[in-house]
Amino acid sequence: MHEEVIISGFGGQGALFAGQLLTYTGMDEGWHVTWIPSYGPEMRGGTAHCIVILSDDTIGSPIIRQPSVCVVMNPPSMEKYEPLVKPGGLLVANSTLVRARSSRDDIETVYIPANELAAELGNVKMANVVLLGAMLGTREILPIESVKRTLDEHIPERRKQIIEPNKRALERGVQYVREV
Amino acid sequence: MKVLMKGNEAIGEAAIRAGCDAYFGYPITPQTEVLEYMSRRMPKLGRAFVQAESELGAINMVYGAACTGTRVMTTTSSPGYSLMQEAVSYIALSFVPCVIVNIMRGGPGLGNIQPAQGDYFQMTKGGGHGDYHLLVLAPATVQEMVDLIVEAFDLADKYRQPVTVIADGLIGQIMEPVAFPELKAPQRPERPWALTGAKGREKNIITSLYLGAERLEQENIRLQATIRQIEENEVRYTEYMMEGAELVVVAYGTAGRIVQTAVKQAREEGIAVGLFRPISMFPFPYARLKEIASTAQQILVVELSAGQMIEDVRLASCDQLPISFFGKMGGVVPLPDDVLAEIKKLVK
Amino acid sequence: MTQEAELVFSRPESLSDVVTHYCPGCIHGIVHRLIAEVMDELGIRERTIGIAPVGCSVLAYNYFECDFAEAAHGRAPAMATGMKRVEPDLTIFTYQGDGDLASIGTNEVIHAAARGENITTIFINNAVYGMTGGQMAPTTLPGMVTTSSPYGRDVKTQGYPVRVCELLSQLDGAAYIVRRTAYKPAEVRKLRRAIKTAFQVQMAGLGFSLVEVVSNCPTNWGMTPKESLKFVEERMVDYYPLGDFRVKDEVKDLR
Repeated sequence: MHEEVIISGFGGQGALFAGQLLTYTGMDEGWHVTWIPSYGPEMRGGTAHCIVILSDDTIGSPIIRQPSVCVVMNPPSMEKYEPLVKPGGLLVANSTLVRARSSRDDIETVYIPANELAAELGNVKMANVVLLGAMLGTREILPIESVKRTLDEHIPERRKQIIEPNKRALERGVQYVREV
Repeated sequence: MKVLMKGNEAIGEAAIRAGCDAYFGYPITPQTEVLEYMSRRMPKLGRAFVQAESELGAINMVYGAACTGTRVMTTTSSPGYSLMQEAVSYIALSFVPCVIVNIMRGGPGLGNIQPAQGDYFQMTKGGGHGDYHLLVLAPATVQEMVDLIVEAFDLADKYRQPVTVIADGLIGQIMEPVAFPELKAPQRPERPWALTGAKGREKNIITSLYLGAERLEQENIRLQATIRQIEENEVRYTEYMMEGAELVVVAYGTAGRIVQTAVKQAREEGIAVGLFRPISMFPFPYARLKEIASTAQQILVVELSAGQMIEDVRLASCDQLPISFFGKMGGVVPLPDDVLAEIKKLVK
Repeated sequence: MTQEAELVFSRPESLSDVVTHYCPGCIHGIVHRLIAEVMDELGIRERTIGIAPVGCSVLAYNYFECDFAEAAHGRAPAMATGMKRVEPDLTIFTYQGDGDLASIGTNEVIHAAARGENITTIFINNAVYGMTGGQMAPTTLPGMVTTSSPYGRDVKTQGYPVRVCELLSQLDGAAYIVRRTAYKPAEVRKLRRAIKTAFQVQMAGLGFSLVEVVSNCPTNWGMTPKESLKFVEERMVDYYPLGDFRVKDEVKDLR
């Protein structure tokens, strides 16, 4: 396996957290992993993205130009990354905010109203995990059950209350893409 | 047992595991997480932590603590390291051990906080006033960072010199799985030279002042002898896909990682290319690179600078083969594709 | 009284048996001796580290029988901080002149005081850069002639002197900030008591302590030693009034 994932959104949408969830899971599953955020002034209110690499080989460059999988949470991210997805790759877009549609026919696309679905579950902030579910529901590069285990094992004690809601968000994303 | 950890935090944890008893620092991006991490961990372990008033303050606190024979560290980024140069020069001639980490950023001046390797000259050729070189280690992954930080403390003790570790914001911010050694309690092995109170012995003096020229020359000879020992014992490098490489790419740290991916891609396309990645920037692996230069057809140097290490590559190879350079400045980081294109240009 | 008589005729154990490089008539010698006497009296010679500055007292480490380090110009309080944080049971003192402490090292001393570092600073203020040959210092009096204020310090272009005790006394971390002098025996005795108190403040862990010594420089002032002491008495003490500028309540309990 070698997957290069970009998750991108406004600061505060949880792109970095979703990426970490993926990274922890990859590590626990025995893959080589890297997670790298955009950092600096752009953290403050602008767009934030992270690059996650999961591989069966040691990872050289942690930064890449063309992701094999890309999750875009807002319009600027769609505009920036949609053209960059590798042919044959996957683009998952948060259609609550992203109105544009990809015209490419060489990639797989998934549009999911993640904010609405998260709001239905009780917290719009979980849109990131809904999107992660949609991504893994489309291409199971890591087992959903492992991501749940990651939530159990790596969420610190003081934030335990977010575990179950996030598991439901993950499942909601999977369920949505299976139904569509 | 591996944990997923950010490079900057791993620096702090590695130092703690190595028995670092005191940390002094000042906030500067992109390494501030080290300071924050140490502010959380050190007091709980009963070890010293001070957020200094400046990098001048921080490095002089390091100097003071080092005089007592304590394992001590500071971390900073380029402009902060410039500010520290005065004390670093004093520490070098005072023969006291310490560990200094420079998470380099784009320069000159205030520059920016993006990954860069523009401090190579400053790090490897002295940096402050007077004749000295410090041991400079350049990791490319979080695991290597941890291993080298732990080793840096041992090397600092061994040579009674500051040992520096350089990286950039990319390695500071990246999260990778990493394994740590067991936690070591702070150690104060017998150090007859240290300032510990002149109980039952003659007083000790730690100074870098020698007013007589001959006396100062003696101290310089002693310092140079230490540096020669470091040159002899501490050369470190790694090689990747070097079998039969006609083109050898030389790169370190972050640039080394990026080149590694490009080399792998080039090999998949049948190009005979390999990566030579120095890990000790001082002492630079001249001898090994000289050997490589005698069999390779050409060398490409990749740096996140205008080309600084290339001078050492040329020295090592005595300009006996074509040497080209590919670099980005100001915090621009080339992607593996960019390096691959450069490789293809050279082997066409 | 018998004990004091003895001290007059014997060299304190903490003072090295060497000839100093100080000029005739310079107060450094007196202050060195007082510090050594206090170290002896408190029995701390074997658990003390001194830090020498850059300036005339750069070689102070040759004159004391305790461990010593030599700091970069102005950085002694930061160095002392590093030492004290890892060796809290040792007594750490810095010995600094006015160029070192009040000019290039203001940052370090202010923040050491603000942090309430348990260190002691002996600050020698003689209003001139002595070692480099008599240039204007941050504490040079208005109108005073030096090699870099040859027409007399003009406050319009060269600014006003820095009163260190008044400045530092504003900081809550400072426990004991006093100014003394040594131009006559009675003042020397008061200075000795202040130095002892400053060390005791540190040993009791009460915070930062500093004793400023209004001092002289016959060589660079172009005076005889006697004239220089008169200048201290008449002019220096006028601008730098003697007294206690900050004494925490707990310090009073020490006595």
